Amino acid sequence: MTDLRTPLSRARGRGAAGHGAAHWVAERVSAVALVPLTLWMVYAALTISAAGYAGAVAFVSHPVNAVLILLVLIVSGWHMHAGARVVVEDYFHRTLGRSALLVLNLFVTVLVTALAVFSVLKVALGGAL
Amino acid sequence: MQPARGAGASAGVCQDMPMTTPVRERPLSPHLQVWRWHLTMLTSILHRASGLALYAGAILVAGWALALGAGPDAYPAYMDLLASPLGRLVLVGLTLSLFYHLANGIRHLFWDAGLGLSVTASTQSGIMAMAFSVVATVIVWAIGLGQGGPQ
Repeated sequence: MTDLRTPLSRARGRGAAGHGAAHWVAERVSAVALVPLTLWMVYAALTISAAGYAGAVAFVSHPVNAVLILLVLIVSGWHMHAGARVVVEDYFHRTLGRSALLVLNLFVTVLVTALAVFSVLKVALGGAL
Repeated sequence: MQPARGAGASAGVCQDMPMTTPVRERPLSPHLQVWRWHLTMLTSILHRASGLALYAGAILVAGWALALGAGPDAYPAYMDLLASPLGRLVLVGLTLSLFYHLANGIRHLFWDAGLGLSVTASTQSGIMAMAFSVVATVIVWAIGLGQGGPQ
């Protein structure tokens, strides 16, 4: 592919966002991880939907299931933060509104992930029984 | 040079802005209305739309985890909400979004590796991603409805 960057831009290595390609790479790495995790999550959702409360607790309490659920929650939490951040950066150009939405995105994704992770840990470690 | 803005945009020069603001407004990339609709454009828009839908879906998943952690009274109430007609409609939409975002995300990973970038290849892979998401959604819901509700 043709490299469209100027020599100075290449030497700085920071790109349009001013902080390099780390965010872009991290989004892709989380995407690769989410391919198998998502397919497993569909299996888990089908199992849990037919299980009722006791069955769901038993499923979540299994160590392998608990760890995979936590990985789904954490990696998808990371990935949706990265994706929504790019959407905000693309469509919102006024500094204040843009910053507010970026901070809101961070807070919402961390809060949602933390609530879900804590609840799964509570159930998996026996607090719900 | 005239800034490339749509009708109704203000004139290029901003008066009451700080000195650090560029004098001319920067040109924006062409907007939706100047493009003839084509399939790769649709798949790109759907990727963002499905990603944002899954953002809302993650909140529903967190709600499920909270309900499970809250105990045997809260949990069936939350699951009944998901099993209601509106709940099922939302879940079908989320299943479709999940499989579409998954398939189209894999398509993006191939592009990032420099593969399948021709017009023909990207159109074909776009059709495959959309077809996969519909077929996978039908299969998952056939399994889900076939196995019945909680015992």
